[in-house]
Amino acid sequence: MEQPKKMAIIATKGTLDWAYPPLILSSTAAALGYEVQVFCTFYGLALLRKDLSGIKISPLANPAMPMPVPMPVLVQALPGMEAMATMMMKNKMKAKGVASLEELRSLCLEADVKFIACQMTVDLFDFKPGEFIEGIEFGGATTFLDFAGSADITLYI
Amino acid sequence: MQFDKELDARGLNCPLPIIKTKKALNDLTSGQVLRVTSTDSGSIKDMEAFAKQTGNALLGSSQEGGDYVFFLKKK
Repeated sequence: MEQPKKMAIIATKGTLDWAYPPLILSSTAAALGYEVQVFCTFYGLALLRKDLSGIKISPLANPAMPMPVPMPVLVQALPGMEAMATMMMKNKMKAKGVASLEELRSLCLEADVKFIACQMTVDLFDFKPGEFIEGIEFGGATTFLDFAGSADITLYI
Repeated sequence: MQFDKELDARGLNCPLPIIKTKKALNDLTSGQVLRVTSTDSGSIKDMEAFAKQTGNALLGSSQEGGDYVFFLKKK
């Protein structure tokens, strides 16, 4: 049988906009028959936490973010603005039929996408294994390179 | 066109129509035809690319009102 294509991703960001690309590409690649591994390090570990509600979007330092009304940077920095921007973005996504992060992650797990939590950053942030979803592995750079070395696609997100 | 199974992916956005198509094809046997309805304009290109990469033949695609309709034959 023909060997499946492989895709290796390093996910390093934990904001709503950055959380989507690894999960969209992984779930889609798996549907196309790719073998997929996602190595989550630093803030990318947020993708593997049981509770994804901590993944937010901030209008701050993001001048390209479309806003309903023009908003000065100092206003964007006010308490509650991040929560509001996140709520607005999530509502908009729902209205446009965009899958939630939870749904995409479930699709990935169902399709045998392998997630690896970077042990060094897990230790760095004092995360406990119980805070993460089940079925993931813990490893380091060597673990990632073992798979990425023969991958057809490698992305750093 | 004759088909064996139908998938309503209307209202869903990328990548859900493709992933649901793949799942629906899993329930078919080789040679059977799946009809997919979508409202995601990106799915026109994506469905072609899906067919090309997975070997399931895209027998036809059309536009009916605001919907995009695809017929895929399982490899």
